[in-house]
Amino acid sequence: MIRVQQEDFSVADLYTALREQSPNAGAIVTFTGLVREFYQGTGEGPRVQTLYLEHYPGMTEKALQDIVDQASERWEVIACQVIHRVGELEAGEQIVYVGVAGTHRGEAFAAAEFIMDYLKTRAPFWKRQQTDEGSGWIESRASDDEARSRWEK
Amino acid sequence: MLTINYFASLREEFGSSGEALALPEGVASVADLVNYLVRERDSAWSMLQDSSRVLVAVNQCVVERNHPLQGNEEVAFFPPMTGG
Repeated sequence: MIRVQQEDFSVADLYTALREQSPNAGAIVTFTGLVREFYQGTGEGPRVQTLYLEHYPGMTEKALQDIVDQASERWEVIACQVIHRVGELEAGEQIVYVGVAGTHRGEAFAAAEFIMDYLKTRAPFWKRQQTDEGSGWIESRASDDEARSRWEK
Repeated sequence: MLTINYFASLREEFGSSGEALALPEGVASVADLVNYLVRERDSAWSMLQDSSRVLVAVNQCVVERNHPLQGNEEVAFFPPMTGG
């Protein structure tokens, strides 16, 4: 299940649904990403007021499906959920969710991490932040590219 | 017709989210299209030439600059992704 939406989501409801559709799972891993109040780290740099998420409708869903398909080929994934929010979000809000049901925990952990690492650099989302010092588009980070490329070895 | 989309900082720089464009004469690849836009438009468009800061998708898949164009594709220009 892949969803790109403005609305918030309930991790409890998603977990329940994932569990119900994965009767033979031995492990469920869920990840939730939040809008950090300080983009650069706790107390460093300007304070984030709002984050605006733009995306490429159509390509976004295809890119996410492709990432999930790659993870499913690589590990024994029973079911998978990806939700990414778009539009205007405030500091502290939920922004992204990945849930993976797998046969064993190692595979579920790896698949969830793989999906997040690819999502950050291969799915067409862009963040613009409004801070107490002004607004601007967030630059991509080399560390995110490195996180993805370690799966390519 | 080509359908061209601009996203995020590029959309703001160009003051446009996209356009329809008949394949200009002599344009047979993404690189040719970039050269055409840089030549025909104002200086803001020269940023398209920087392939480390501007990615290109054709029919919603990221491609290299040498990707061929027939004239009926959906082309998109955007900065490196920053989701998650």
